[in-house]
Amino acid sequence: MASDHELRLRERLGKLRNTRLLGRTSVSGELERLQQQLDQISTEPTDEQIWRTVELARHQDRPYTLDYVERLLDDFFELHGDRTRADDPAVVAGLGRFHGRTIVLVGQQKGRDIKERTRRNFGMAYPEGYRKAMRAMELAERLGYPVVSLVDTPGAYPGVAAEQHGQGGAIARSQAVMARLTVPSVACVIGEGGSGGAIALALADRVLMQEHAIYSVISPEGCAAILWRDAAQARKAAAAWKPDAAHCLELGVIDGIVPEPLGGAQTDPDEAARLLGESLRETLDELEGVPGDELRRARRARFRSIGVFEGASVDGRPLTLG
Amino acid sequence: MSSRIDVSVEHKHLPGPPQGKRHPNTCPACASHYRDDELDAALWTCAQCGHLFPMRARTRIEHVSDPGSFREQAADLRSEDPLGFFDLRPYTERLSEAELTTGLGEAIVIGEAAIEGSECELAVMDFAFMGGSMGSVVGEKFSRACDSAIEREVPLVAVVSSGGARMQEGILALMQMPKTVCAVEDLHDARVALVSVLAHPTTGGLLASFASLGDVLLAEPGALMSFAGPRVVQQTTREKLPDDFGLSESNLRHGHVDAIVPRPELPATLARLLRIFSNGE
Repeated sequence: MASDHELRLRERLGKLRNTRLLGRTSVSGELERLQQQLDQISTEPTDEQIWRTVELARHQDRPYTLDYVERLLDDFFELHGDRTRADDPAVVAGLGRFHGRTIVLVGQQKGRDIKERTRRNFGMAYPEGYRKAMRAMELAERLGYPVVSLVDTPGAYPGVAAEQHGQGGAIARSQAVMARLTVPSVACVIGEGGSGGAIALALADRVLMQEHAIYSVISPEGCAAILWRDAAQARKAAAAWKPDAAHCLELGVIDGIVPEPLGGAQTDPDEAARLLGESLRETLDELEGVPGDELRRARRARFRSIGVFEGASVDGRPLTLG
Repeated sequence: MSSRIDVSVEHKHLPGPPQGKRHPNTCPACASHYRDDELDAALWTCAQCGHLFPMRARTRIEHVSDPGSFREQAADLRSEDPLGFFDLRPYTERLSEAELTTGLGEAIVIGEAAIEGSECELAVMDFAFMGGSMGSVVGEKFSRACDSAIEREVPLVAVVSSGGARMQEGILALMQMPKTVCAVEDLHDARVALVSVLAHPTTGGLLASFASLGDVLLAEPGALMSFAGPRVVQQTTREKLPDDFGLSESNLRHGHVDAIVPRPELPATLARLLRIFSNGE
């Protein structure tokens, strides 16, 4: 899988080298960036680099879902509320126009300043948030629009009310809704892809990850607290676990890496949005025209094939108890 | 002559549940201690206070299924160590130790079974194997149980007891959640029912994947079933937790499970459901 990505990069690099440079620094900048990305992929990232990625994924200036929505979608109409109980500002859902097609967009939203961060609950959704996303995705299914989901959450919110409102069930059902879709779906991890909160919106036909995003089963701090009984060991946990995009690609968890401007998406949000938009458009073009049943079958087959284990018997050795 | 004896003083000085490491056969609620055979006879229930000890997968299978009806499947699947994971000890060492102490290849046992004569597929988790955590093998075996149920057109009964995703497998452990969800969706497309039995504890990734997708959700009394455990919630929110936080009784009240079934009644309840799901065939 990694080599596929490398091939694509090499191809793009080759194309750029052949183009006559028009003295525009942006093009040579691109060339340099691609070369760096290529070097990065061909060499195993060090523990330091992995931790740097963790820091970049959580950078306070990193573009969030609505920053991309603003730059990529025309006529975005936001939907509010789960139609049952409340509206959860940690999840954004809505309809918009993207390169000539109507899409449904869902994603977690963090806040920029303290006030908004609190209101958005740092991107940690309640069950209401997942129910809102489900409602939007069901709308997409009903009317035949593709689903784009942008994942950026430290995890689902662990609170008393969240549990009482059925956090576990909401995450499970959100995945089930995505597993049932017959419209194309693309998910991209644009920052932190933390645990169940992330996977609730990531059971898509194609799963992408931005270059400096992380995707993990629990936050490095949480893992360190459980396995090392010391949250300060987060660096060690991150190094042991490799939540970076290159490793996720290698393990077959994601399908592609979306490049970011040099130094991370926060250095140039417009360029980051352009690159993300390009990848999303390419992916949606690729999925367009595939029959719904086939999409659903392939999506389930893809997720059902993930895992590494020994022993291959399908029926196993029969063994009778008692 | 008064026959009354004031025992309140004695009670005041009664030792509480012992702190620190406790023998697995000592009740954590009332500190009564039992032999294995006593617990076995009592379905691993404390005779003093009714506390439910964790029930091992094989014991559970023997308890719910008809004698001799269980035929295990995919028993040869074993975890690998894709990340070369090392926390305080290597993951491979933890795996071998778990296999030695539990006698199981993984934290889940699947196979064909019959309950009071009704055919079904069983998938039973074992908390003793690394906290019943879900890694690649648990995900795979559960998916195969779904496929077997589809093929044989019999309902799937899943008994869940798990702390969540297996952190030693990193992102691959997380991916077992969508994997099992997809397997359940395939099951439902084939119009085959899933009955989830949630035993103590069902938390994290399991509650947020196949365990919650059962057509009928049964829970054991007093079982913890929450996405985030009480300690995490306490630490994150600093809220005062209700006494019954995340317990099956609270989940029943909030509408997240269909019934709380005491352990001795589980086989009969499952049999009843299987008869209903068989639709008279």
